[in-house]
Formats: sequence, structure tokens, C-alpha cells
Amino acid sequence: MRKFLLLFIVLVTALVFTGRLFYLQIYDTSFAKLSENNAVKTVYDFPQRGYIFDRNGTLLVQNQPSYDVMVIPREVKDLDTVAFCELLHISKEKFLKKLAIAKRYSPRLASPIIPQLTKEEYASLSEKIHKYRGFFIQKRSLRDYEVSHSANVLGYIREVDQNIIDRNPAYELGEIIGMTGIEKQYEQILRGTKGVKYIQKDRFNRDIGTYKGGIFDTLPKRGKDITLTIDATLQAYGEKLFTNKRGGIVAIEPSSGEILSLVTAPNYDPGLLVGRERSENFTKLYYDTIAIPLFDRGLKAEYPPGSPFKTLTALIAMQENVVRLDEKIECRGGYYYGKRGRKLGCHEHKSPINLQGGIAKSCNTYFCNVYKRVIEKYNTPQKGIDNWKNHLTSFGLGNYLGYDLPVGSKGKIPSSKTYDAKYPNNNWYATATISNAIGQGEVLLTPIQMANFTAAIANRGWWVRPHMIKNIQDHDTIAKKFKHINKTSIDSKYFEPIIEGMHDVYRDGTASFLKIPDIEICGKTGTAENFKKIDGSVKQLTDHSVFVAFAPKDNPKIAIAVFVENGYWGARWAGRIASLMIEKYIKGEITRTDMEAFVLNGSLEDEYNKPYAGKPFKINQ
Amino acid sequence: MATTKNTLKFDWIIILLFLALISIGWVNIYSASYTQAGGTFFDFSNMYTKQLLWIFLSFILIVFILALEAKFYERFSSIIYLVSLLTLLGLYSFGNTINGATSWYLIGPASIQPSEFAKAATALALAKYVSDIQTNMNAFKDQLKAFLILALPAIFIIPQPDPGSALIYVAFIFPLYREGLHFVYLLLGFFAAALFVGTLVVGAPWIGFLVALITIGIFLKNKKQKLKPSVFKYATIAIACVSFAFSVSYIFNNVFEQRHRDRFNIVLGKEIDTKGIGYNTNQSEIAIGSGGWFGKGWTQGTQTKGNFVPEQHTDYIFSTVGEEWGFIGSLGVVILFIFLIIRVLVLAEQQKSQFARIYGYSVGAILFFHFFINVGMVTGLFPTVGIPLPFFSYGGSGLWGFTILLFIFVRLDASNYYYT
Repeated sequence: MRKFLLLFIVLVTALVFTGRLFYLQIYDTSFAKLSENNAVKTVYDFPQRGYIFDRNGTLLVQNQPSYDVMVIPREVKDLDTVAFCELLHISKEKFLKKLAIAKRYSPRLASPIIPQLTKEEYASLSEKIHKYRGFFIQKRSLRDYEVSHSANVLGYIREVDQNIIDRNPAYELGEIIGMTGIEKQYEQILRGTKGVKYIQKDRFNRDIGTYKGGIFDTLPKRGKDITLTIDATLQAYGEKLFTNKRGGIVAIEPSSGEILSLVTAPNYDPGLLVGRERSENFTKLYYDTIAIPLFDRGLKAEYPPGSPFKTLTALIAMQENVVRLDEKIECRGGYYYGKRGRKLGCHEHKSPINLQGGIAKSCNTYFCNVYKRVIEKYNTPQKGIDNWKNHLTSFGLGNYLGYDLPVGSKGKIPSSKTYDAKYPNNNWYATATISNAIGQGEVLLTPIQMANFTAAIANRGWWVRPHMIKNIQDHDTIAKKFKHINKTSIDSKYFEPIIEGMHDVYRDGTASFLKIPDIEICGKTGTAENFKKIDGSVKQLTDHSVFVAFAPKDNPKIAIAVFVENGYWGARWAGRIASLMIEKYIKGEITRTDMEAFVLNGSLEDEYNKPYAGKPFKINQ
Repeated sequence: MATTKNTLKFDWIIILLFLALISIGWVNIYSASYTQAGGTFFDFSNMYTKQLLWIFLSFILIVFILALEAKFYERFSSIIYLVSLLTLLGLYSFGNTINGATSWYLIGPASIQPSEFAKAATALALAKYVSDIQTNMNAFKDQLKAFLILALPAIFIIPQPDPGSALIYVAFIFPLYREGLHFVYLLLGFFAAALFVGTLVVGAPWIGFLVALITIGIFLKNKKQKLKPSVFKYATIAIACVSFAFSVSYIFNNVFEQRHRDRFNIVLGKEIDTKGIGYNTNQSEIAIGSGGWFGKGWTQGTQTKGNFVPEQHTDYIFSTVGEEWGFIGSLGVVILFIFLIIRVLVLAEQQKSQFARIYGYSVGAILFFHFFINVGMVTGLFPTVGIPLPFFSYGGSGLWGFTILLFIFVRLDASNYYYT
């Protein structure tokens, strides 16, 4: 016993130490991570973000250097606070407070004291900063917007916060990420690759040299430039036309699906979200719940499409072979249906009327009749509706279009299920859904969906997925899905009469006063009823003004959908705006200056304020 | 009986283990103290260059130690012990203060720490006294004398202050136990240690309450079984325990310095403060823990390079081993130490002379205590107690002290078979 006690203790110690070492070095891996964090500093060299150009090579977004005044509190010595504060244009109290915050963060590490100097401030400060020990100027890269429009398209960027980093560990504090629009959609391309430098630190967090001689270090790679399909001139013009109005424009090149213009109104200057005022401006935009400037109406707003939808009703009727081109239908001021003789009203026009005339004059009666035939062609209304829906789906309606912007809405095309749910006894018939014929009722479309079906009509039966991307630097081609031709379920021969009808709209129909010299435009007016929930109760407000068009009639170059909220009848605002946009795009100049003046000077702000003014008001004046 | 050089048999296992440990130690000191911006290899301001010089000088020392007669150490042990005590006392008049402890003589460019040599001297004196034919380890008077021999240097060392070096003298309880000291002393030691730690963790009043509760419990149980326990005996034991707890509490709060209290508090988990006083232990754990299976490679340790672990080339040198050589490397070092200690203990048992046996046993116990406390501290198992890892830690005095300690035993062992 006496001989072996110490030997025994020695052996037990050996076992305990082995276990402890195993625990520290193998079992518990948290120490290795702690080690990486405290001994090796990773310094990122952030790359320049890629530039954004429009379809004609006009630079829309580039970068600008920004200068932050940084401080390392420990190194501040013999500071003439008064003189320095004067130089920085900052009060002494504020300066001392910021210095105290920096000191609390770390006395040895740099923190910003004045972020984002203006160029002028930088120029005057850069000569004198060396006199103030512990302070220096650090350069960063910010977005520089060359245009004051297209904020909804371009989107904005921001510095990542801890939430974003938690979700996406590829980002580090101080890095920038696209939050909306193109900046978000093409983040991976615009972002570039950051350079990394590993620096060996000592226990005071001072740099003591490169880590392993810099073999792991990499250089930053600049982000790639992208070219958009947007026409900057047209986009700027569209936003200008929408002064004091709300709504949206979507213009598409039918043959390629390229989005020429995507306007939402009201919009904001993208430059507002750069620089020192950024957070203040953003808060203002974010909390404007009435005009909702951050809401992209062209992509997200769902409206009842109104009369332009009649073109689709006509196409489906022809494809389903329920109406002949020369068949005339009588209109006696409306469409009468149901047991108690309910009426869906129509306006004054010549009667009876055939398909082409029905489109030109936008006759409700005509389309209710042919719609009913389409639904009743099948032995149950369920089958009829679903068949009808399939045709519409082939135009890209009722679902996301799959374009390359990060927001959107599905819109709504009702199916048999919609009505089975609405009428639980299943005793519903075509007439219960009759409003669909004229684009009211359960049908909801977004402006971009309207532009897309207009493009499909312009193409006589096919469409290419709308998109924003035209070209990526160092990439040969864009995504396949933006080149694929989607065939509609309607044979191309049925499109000509529709197009003739849309042409008549301009020649002698509802938009005859919108004619543009030398351009053959085909269009369709629309007036969509507008119900809005205000303070908890649904009120009917002035109708939305809707218009779709394409031009020229042969070889169309532009298909457009315009929505003006509370704009009343279609040709009044939307039609004018669409015509001006078409002229601007095709001719490059405006000859209908009378029309332009009317639109530019016209304001709907009074109309928008009506429901909020607290007084009784009349609509559709 | 006279011995000649030709017939000496040195234990090459010990010598090889010794060489292995000092080489590995130096390699790690090199890594812990070299900097990218540092001077050339032969610049004597480099710690690793200085240490290399100490190692070469220790070889000369070894030659001297082995050249002397084995009998010399036995005969002159008392004088060596007295000289050693005088050098310790001399510190109070002539000592120099380094890092807050007055433990050094400055001689020219070198500084010498006499407490590192006092261990060998004490081992010799203790071996001599206990092996004396007139000493009876079961007689209280002799026990007291033996305790005095090992307590004197410790008492001189504590006020330097260097409680770590003084603590090592507890190791001598093992050779004394081996030589017949009653087992009760060992038990008493452990019980006192348990009471000591308990008092620091929960406080003296609680300990007093617990002791009272347990004593009364046992007393009543015995009474029920009609064993007629003596109230006086129980009361004495209980009072002794409680007064021990309160005096520990008193010493801790009034005699210990704040830094000692802090060090104990950290390891007892009373203060969780990774940036403050627990910094050493925490950084050491991080360095070792980041080594993984095979380590980061020699001179590639990021924690070592960043000087995150204070005193890494001296007391915390084992953390460099852990970081740069990983689990495999540190296990290797642990095994080398264990082998060396076991080899010394096994050889000590084989000694025919009681003097050599006690001395050898003391060497084993001292090496073990250093290893045990140092590695325990570096891996975060024990309180931070500033004592070096034998043959590893930077420092001439330490290296020479351990070399002398070990090689006197090698010399004694070499003469083993020629003793009567």
C-alpha cells in the first residue's frame, strides 16, 4: 500500500489530464471558433458594385465615394476641440457624446464620428485632418444615381444588419445588400466578390502582420455591370406624365418581352435613399400609407381590368366557335338576365353590332351574350368556367408572370371552385358570373398582366415572359425563360378581327380623339369600378381609368397598359397617357402637344382627397 | 565502499526522457517567444537563445554532479540544506523584486532564484534525517522534526510572496508516508483540503451548520444503538472542524492578498469574468482547445503568436504544446512526464540505501506535484498557481534546479549496486 499509493495517484492524474485534453481539444469545438475570432482578424476589401445601364447604354446607377471621419479614441491627443468641431460643423456637446460612444465601443478600434461627408466637406477637411491625432478619413462606396426616376425598378441598397447576416452568413457587417428592385434581383451579379485579408492580431487587438504570410488573402472582384431593357427617356417621360396622379404604366416590346417602361406613381427620387438623410427619408416614404410610394403599382396592384378584357372574351368565343364574325347582336341599352329581369347596362351606340364593332364601341351586351355561350357550351357551368380559365391562363393571367423583379401579385381568374364556394348549393349558372365578360366581377389583373396580354394580341397569339434584363457584363446570354415563346390557346387567325376592332377604337371608337399622326395604334379603353375600404367601410369611389394599346398595327414595337386610379373613363387619362407614351417611344418626340399639356397640367389630387376630406362627395364627375 | 567511474551504471532511460523533455520544451519556447520582427538566432535578447545557453550550461552542471561521489551528497546534505536556507533568508536583505516577488539575486546579467534550488537541498536533508537510524517516524517528536525540515524553506518562501513555490513542499508528505508516517496524516490532509475548499465555496457559517448537523446526526444514531457515545469527544471534533473553517475564512479574507483571493474565486466558479482576472485560464483553454487532433503546426499557433496567453513561455508553456501540436502532441508530453515520474519512483523502490530511496521518492513526488499543478492550471482544472513545468518552462534557475534534483538521484542510483 505505502509503495503504490503515489504510483496510483500518478496514473489517475495521467487519465484525468488525458480526458481533460480530449474534452478541450476534440470534444468541445467552441474553443477553436473562439481562437479564430480572437487571434485572426478578417478584413474585407469591399468590391465596387456593378453599374446599371438602360437599353440604350445610358448610365442609370454608378458609385460615388463617400467619406467617413473615423476616430481611434486611444490615439486622440492634444485635441483642440473647439477648432475641430468648427471644422466638422458639429456642436461641441454632440461631438463629445459621439467620442464617448466611440470610446465605449473600443478605445483601440476605429469607429465613425461623422459619417458620409459631402464632397465639399471632404475637400476642406482632407487638408487639415492630419493635424488632429487619432482621426482619419475612411473612404467607402455609395450608390450614385444619375437619374431621378425609376426608383421602383432600380430598388435600393442598404448596409446589412444583424438580422440579414443571421439569415445569410455570406454577408459581413459593413457590407451592402440590394433590398428591392433590380438591386435585389441581381444582387449576386452586382455585388462582386469581396477581397479578404487575414491579419494576425495580438491580445491587444493590434495588427502584428499578415496571417501565414498572406497565402489565403484574395483581391476584391468588382461587381458586373448590367444593362436593363428599360428605355430611360420613356421611363422619365412616363413618370412625368403621372405628375399629381396615381397609377402605373407597363410598356413591353411584344416581340422580345423586354419591359420598356415600368412606371408607378407616386414615385420618389432614388437619390433620397443615399447619404446622411437616408433613414429620415425612408421613414417618411415608408409611413405614407395613403399614397404608398414604395408600392409598385405596375407589378403589385390588382385592379378589375374593365373593358380591355373584352378582347379576350371575344378571342375565346371565336376559338370556342360560338360566334361568327358577321353575326350581329342587338343591344337595347343593356344585357337583361335572370328571373327578375336584371340588367347590365350599356351606353349609347349603334345597334345591332358585330364583333369588330363590339370592340370598337365596347358594347357590354355583345360580350355578355358571347361569354354566356362560351360557358354554356359545356353541359355544366363548372366545366365551362374552367375551360374559359384555361384560355386565360395561357395568356399568363391568374398567376405570377415570372419576370425578374422581386415583387408581384397573382391577380385573380375565377374557376369553378370560386363559384362553388360562393354558391354552396352548386345552383349557379353562366349568368351568375356574367360580369367576367366585361372584366368586372371576380377578375383581377395587375397592370403588367394587362400589358402582357396586349403584347400577346399584338403578336397574334404568343408572348415572351416580360423581363428587365437585357445584358450582363461577361455573360453571353440571358436566362432561357426570357427567350422562350409561350403560345396562347387561341389560333392566330382569330386575332386579326380583334386587332381590327382595336384599330377602330382609335379610328372612330371610344379613343378616336387620341389619334397620333402617322402611327397606326390599336387600343382598348376601360373604365373599372372602384371600391375601396376607408375607415372600415367599403365605399365606391370614382372609376379607374384603364387603357391598353399597341403600335404600330403591323410589326408592333410597343404594347402598353396604363392605369390611372380614380381617373374615370378610360380614354380620359389612361388613353391619353398611353398615346403619348407610344408617340414618344416610336417618334422620339411629341406632336400632340395639346394632349401632353392636358395630361401634364391635370391633377387628380382633389379626387384622391375627397374620401379623406370628411365631407360628402360625388363620384365620376 | 568505494566506487569507481568505470563500474557506474547510469539509468539511460531517465537521461533520455530528460533530454527529450528539455528539447521539446525548448522547441516550444522558441515558438512562444519568437516574433516575425525578432532579431537573429544568436541575439541573446531572444528568450529561446538564452534558454539554449541555460540548457548547455546545465549539461556542464550534470557532468559535475555525476563526477562527485554518491557519498558526498549524503554527507554534506545538512550543510547544503543550511546554505540553501541562508540564501533564502538573504533575499530579505539582498533580493531583487521581479513581477512583485522578491525571489531573485541579480548577478551581472543573470538572475538566480534560490527557491528553485532549495527543493533539492530539502530533499537531501529530509532523506538524511529520516534515514538516520535513530529516527522513528512513528514518534511524534521525530515527526515534528521532519516537518520542520520541510516547513522552514516553505515558511521563508511564502512571504516573498511566492505561495506557489511554497505549496510544492506539501509533496514531501508522500516520501514521509512511504517511510512509515501514519495514514491518518494523509487523511487529515485530504479532509482539511475538503473543508478548506468547502469553506471558500459556501462560506464558514454554512460549513459550521453542516458539521453540527452531521455530528448531531451520528451522535443520535449511535445513542439509539446504545453505544453510549461520549458527548465530549463529538463536541471536540465538531468544534475543531468549525474553528478550522472559520480560521480558513479569516486567513483567506485577511491574510491573503486580493490577487490570491481572485485566483481561487475564478477556479471555484465564483466569478465568471473572461476579460478580467480569469483571462489567463480562459485564454489558455482557448489556445489548447483550438489545437484539435494534430495542432496548428510548429510556430503556426495563432493564439501563441498573438501573445494571448500571458506568461506563455514560462508557466503557461503547455498551452503552446496544446495549440501547435494538438491532442496527439500534448498527450505525448503527458506520457513523457508520467514515464519519467514512474521511472524515478520505481528506481527509488529499488534503492538499497534508505537515503537514496527517500531522496528518489522525494524527486518523484516533487516532479509529480509540479506537473500536476502546472498542467492542471493550464488546462483550467485547478487554481492559477504560478509554478513552472519542469524542464519545459523558460528560466535558468528552474531548469538548473530540476536538473540538479534529478541528476543527484541519477548519481545515487548509479552507485546502487555498490552499497552495502
